[in-house]
Formats: sequence, C-alpha cells, structure tokens
Amino acid sequence: MADINFVDVTLRDGNHTYRHQFTPEIISTTAAALDAAGIDIIEVGHGDGIGGSTVHVGRAPATDLELIKAATKVVKKARVGYLLIPGFGVFSDMEDVAEAGATVARIACHATEADTTRQHIRKAKDLGMFTVGYLISVGMTDAADLAEQAAKLESYGADYVNLAESQGHLVPTEVAERVNAVRNAINIPIGFHPHNNLGLANGNILAAIESGATYIDGSLKGFGGGAGNAQTEATIAALKRAGHNVKADLDGILDAAQMFTDQVSPHPMPVIDNNSIIMGFANVYGGYVHPVNVASKKYNIDPRVLIRRLGERKIVAGQEDAIEQEASAISSEMISKAS
Amino acid sequence: MPNDKVANPIRAAIVGSGNIGTDLMYKMHRNPKFEVVLVAGIDPKSEGLARARKLGIPTSTNGSDAVFETDNVDVVFEATSAAIHRANAPRYAEAGIFAVDLTPAKVGVCIVPSVNLDEMKDANNVNLISCAAQATTPMVHAVARVTGVNYGEIVATVASKSIGPGTRDNIEEFTHTTGSALADIGGADKGKSLIIVNPAEPPILMRNTVYAVTGADVDMDAIRKSVNEMVAEVQKYVPGYRLILDPILRDDHVMIGVEVEGAGDFLPSYAGNLDIINAAAVAVAELHFEQAAA
Repeated sequence: MADINFVDVTLRDGNHTYRHQFTPEIISTTAAALDAAGIDIIEVGHGDGIGGSTVHVGRAPATDLELIKAATKVVKKARVGYLLIPGFGVFSDMEDVAEAGATVARIACHATEADTTRQHIRKAKDLGMFTVGYLISVGMTDAADLAEQAAKLESYGADYVNLAESQGHLVPTEVAERVNAVRNAINIPIGFHPHNNLGLANGNILAAIESGATYIDGSLKGFGGGAGNAQTEATIAALKRAGHNVKADLDGILDAAQMFTDQVSPHPMPVIDNNSIIMGFANVYGGYVHPVNVASKKYNIDPRVLIRRLGERKIVAGQEDAIEQEASAISSEMISKAS
Repeated sequence: MPNDKVANPIRAAIVGSGNIGTDLMYKMHRNPKFEVVLVAGIDPKSEGLARARKLGIPTSTNGSDAVFETDNVDVVFEATSAAIHRANAPRYAEAGIFAVDLTPAKVGVCIVPSVNLDEMKDANNVNLISCAAQATTPMVHAVARVTGVNYGEIVATVASKSIGPGTRDNIEEFTHTTGSALADIGGADKGKSLIIVNPAEPPILMRNTVYAVTGADVDMDAIRKSVNEMVAEVQKYVPGYRLILDPILRDDHVMIGVEVEGAGDFLPSYAGNLDIINAAAVAVAELHFEQAAA
C-alpha cells in the first residue's frame, strides 16, 4: 500500500469555477481548515496560476502576492504552493511569491510542450522551491510521448512530475497505461490530477496509484474546472478504504469542505451536468466550463455543438479567445443556413 | 547566387540555422538587394545548413565566430538566443557590422516597422522583439493613437511545430520583451503578453488576440478606421496579415483578432510567426542601407 502526499487545489483550480474571484478572506479561511486537516500541499492562486490575472482569462480581485500571503500567514504545517505556466507568469512573480512564503512551485505546460518549462523549473529550483513539472491535458497525447515529456522535466530538475488529466476524458485503463509509461521513463515521483466529467476521478486515482503515482490532487467539494476535480474529502475516504496512507484526517477534511462551502455560498458546487459530460467525452479542457456557457448564451447556440467543435479543433488550455471566435462562427453558420 | 541580384548587393550573414534563420535565408536569397554570404549554425546535422548548401550558400558550424571568418559582412542577422546575442553584440559593433537581432535580447533599439521605423536613425543594432510583438504592437498602437490605452494585453497562439528550441528556451525573455513593446512602442500605459503553444494537427495559423483597456466611452468608428489603416500598413511587408475579429468593445476594453498566414518559405503557411518577424528584419535592413547610401 502506498504513502500518498495529498495536494489540495481548491484554492487554485477552483478559481476556474469561481471566475477567478477568490478573495484573500476565502483563501485564509479555507487554507487554515485544510492545514488543520493535515493536507500536505495547498495550492493557491488564479486558476491559470501566477500571472494568470488577465483580461484574456479573467481578472482577479487581488494580486498573486496577496492571494499567496493570505494562505502563508495562516498555514502552520502544510506547504503552500503555486502553479505557473511559462508564457503567463515571469521570474519576478516567482521571486515575489517566494518572498511571501510559497515553497512549492508547479511549473505547467501543455502535455506535449515540456521544453517550454526549462527556464522556470531552473528558476524555481534556484529559489529553493520544491519544484514540480506539471503536464496539462495528458489525455491529448499518448503514453509514449508523455514518457518523453516527463523525462525532459526530470532532466530540468523537477522533484516530481504531475500528470493533469484536465478534460476528465480518460478511463482507468488509459490512465494506468500513461502512468506506467512515465514510471518506466523517470526516477522521480509521479503525481496525478483528475477531473470528474465522466464520474471517473476517484477510479482514475486508484488506477494511477496502482501504477505508481504517489502525489494526488483533489479539491474540496470537487470545486474545479469542468465537472470538478476529485472531491478531496471523498478521495481521502476512498484512499483510506483502499489501505493507502494519507496524513489528512477524515473528520478534519469534512469540516474543511463545509467551511469552504459556507465561504462561497450560494455558489453552486460542481455537478456532472450535460455540458461537462460532453466536455469529458469530446476531450475539451475543463477550465472552459464558464467561458463555454457565456459564449453559448451570448451567441444563442447549443453549447454541445460548441464543445464538440472545440474538441475537433483540439484547442488547449489558455485559448479562451478561440471559444468566442468559434461560437461566433457557429452562430453565423446557423444564420446563413436559415436564410 | 541567382542572376537577378543588383550590382554590389548587401552582404548578409545569418547566424542561427533554426526555424527563423532558415526562413530568413529564403527571404534574403530571393531579395535582389542582398547576397547571403553565410549561414552559420552549430549543429552539423541541422536541416537549415543542409538547405543553405543546396542553395549554394556558404555555411559554417562555428556559430557567430564564422561571421568574423567571412570577408566584408555588411549585416548580420542573429537568430540564436538572447544570451548569445548579448555576448555577440559588442563584437559586431566593433567590426562595424550592422546587427539585426531576432532574439529577445533587446540590446539595440526595438523596432516594429509599421509603427516606429523612424526611430532606427543611425542605430548599429536593431532588435525585432518577438514575432508576437511584431503581430500585435501595431494593433495596440492603432487603438492608442485614437484614445488612451491604460493597459494592453495580447495572446499569441502559435503552432507547436513553428517554434523551435531557441524560442522555447527563451520564453521568459519573449514574454517580457513582448509585453514591454506594447507599452514602449504600442503606446499603452502598461503591457502584458501571453503565449500559447498548440500542437494540433494540421497546425494552426498564428493567431493573436489583442485586448486594449480603454474604458467604455470610446469612438469605435475611429478605432475601426485606425485599425484597418494599420492592417494595410503591415500588409505592405507581411501580405498574410489579416483581421479575423474586427474591433469590438467588451465592457472596458477593445478586443481585436489578427491572423498571420506565412509565405511558406521554410515551414508551411501556418508558421506566420516566422514571416512576420523576418519580414520586419528585411524591412529594417533595407532601410538602414538606404539611409547609409543617402
């Protein structure tokens, strides 16, 4: 049975669901509860990470520094981490949040583009961070390619490689195949980050652990892109039932989940609705749940048509502009057909 | 050398045999004003060097040192990395060679030809910033010359196959220099750039979205007119540059989309990012030697 490090991403990935509007107050309260429950790493920030507060994906109500500080000032045992996508965040941002007490840097890129992270992985190591190479949308490439990408991250100095299945598209056998291929290619630990669009988040986690993953991502109430992440409190219960060692305490994490719900109330918790099932099925990035809804309403089109089209175009994380463009194109096609 | 060259063409050396250097080689080779006297790389197996040899262009694997081993180089185009250009720039200056820098090193004056070509004056080192800056600064400027832009933000989405190892390993510099060009040259109070790499097959055309935060009270007709004029200006040297999203006002900002279809010189037409920076490089070099001759 495996020793599992639990990474709670409510306060970062959940920001996609909350339109990137988490306040320092929400972060402090939730981070304190996660810390008290025994979570190992608490990830904080804009949904697209440090430097993500933009017109393009959504402007946050506070700076990255304020959001990180809101967590570090209350956390006693856990490590506070951040996500950074090269091309979004820059070195000076990393220096600022290191100063504010962040100690874990997850440097992320699309699954096939590992060589865009070398500079920032090196920078994070120089700043003394526990540094993670983070591959987004691992369901958009195959196991052999992932193994090559993971080996690059290891060569740049990553302390572990995180595989993010950002679409909730893969089934357990496909997850196992990918984790196994990566396992055979690198000597550092592997992490796994599922989404629940097809209801498979916890099943995929168990498959990933069977294949050697030891860092697991989840969020309270599953609050994250698409149909949400693995639901931290349910995942911790399932891991304990499966006989794995997790430090987090079940009652403590249930309390944290309730505390978080109260903080964001009356915002609804993620559910596996029709749009998120289509997103999982069509392999579309879960962070697009909100922009897809907005664009479908604005152009008065069936969101399912839009989601399928985005899947065919193979758009990757960060292409919020392509959603508006595609919705507008679908709307024009419908008008020209009707006339 | 093709027969259609002018008498005494400008002797050009290209350092860097990756995507940018190789595309530039084809553009210079068919430009009658230039003679490519060197393509230098470091990898003997480089496809760019093989293609140069096929065109009968002298090649070297000595990198920038080869420039100083070649007689009478008038202009060097540096398509390596920011760190390498920072090291080479003083050597080129000392040798009296005009340097056109295609890395994000920012040693010399930064130029976007459709916006600030006149700022070149008698510079001996000109920086082309980045492909994204070349594609988007004109649009920020087109808005800023009509109304104040508090903040300019751009997102460049490029095909994975169109960006080589040099660009990938300079993504920090790329992000900085592109963002500051939006302010320094584009005229926004502040600038930020985002770059997205998309590996879809078939590869996507280079696509750029520009957000200019202006406040809601703006004259959209004047902005549309200014943007259309600027697009025509860029098209003079990059024919594949076109608007795909006419300026729209969204809350407090104007959103504009432009696409760049490449000429297909080295990589196929999806790699408009190579065209837009290389076309700017050629324009800058032409102007420098016209000024020198005048």
